[in-house]
Amino acid sequence: MTDLEIAQRVDAKGLSCPMPIVKTAQAIKGLSSGQLLEVLATDAGSVKDFEAWAKSTGNPLVGSSAEGGVYRFVLQKK
Amino acid sequence: MSLTLERPREAAPSEAPAPLPQPAQASEPALHDILIIDYSGELEKTWATMILASTAAAMGAKCRVFVTFWGLQTFVRDERRITGRNWMQRLLSFMQRPGISHRKLSKMNFLGMGPWMMRRLAKQYQVSSPKELLEVAQALGVEFMPCQMTMDMYGLTKDDLVEGMGEPVGAATVIGLMQQGSSPLFI
Repeated sequence: MTDLEIAQRVDAKGLSCPMPIVKTAQAIKGLSSGQLLEVLATDAGSVKDFEAWAKSTGNPLVGSSAEGGVYRFVLQKK
Repeated sequence: MSLTLERPREAAPSEAPAPLPQPAQASEPALHDILIIDYSGELEKTWATMILASTAAAMGAKCRVFVTFWGLQTFVRDERRITGRNWMQRLLSFMQRPGISHRKLSKMNFLGMGPWMMRRLAKQYQVSSPKELLEVAQALGVEFMPCQMTMDMYGLTKDDLVEGMGEPVGAATVIGLMQQGSSPLFI
């Protein structure tokens, strides 16, 4: 997945629960259907939380990775 | 988008039975409303209320918070010091300072040293304060409903409460929401 496809980025590094999810919910409102949102977080709980958020809101989690304590999530607006 | 197939109205009764209603599509699960009863008003419980309410709204659920008894003290404006009309109401507000920034811990309060340390740690670990989370929750559409009975008992008016509170309601509203399927949470 190239960076060009990402429509918006959210930097939630350092923030604790629930702010990574809250910022994601606020950011995805501004996207149109099919666009991708990238979220960076350092909260280890966010791995499970983003799965749950994607399931509940119906915005699929199309990619996730972890590198050097930073979690990267790519979500697609439904 | 969900697709529903309707049988034509003029269909003969002898036809094959209509298919069972399809479950909601995986991409659009049916979400229950969330109903939090904010009863205790202590710092750690207020924090839990605000975290869960803002998360519920962020996850696409309709979230309501019924604020009652000590919980209502959280929603008095921070700058109000003495509230109430008669001496007992005024003395109660003097004994426990109202406002979201003046909550006490239920355990290990130690004359405010516990909350002070909690706030220091929260800052260090970038945990949003209850006040910040209240603003987030309101921006995400969480509905805060004050208890009319508690307002009367404490001598509080709508002017004493923070901006953006909903209309005062009673227990019947709360039970009604539960009967209609809201997931209740008593904090």
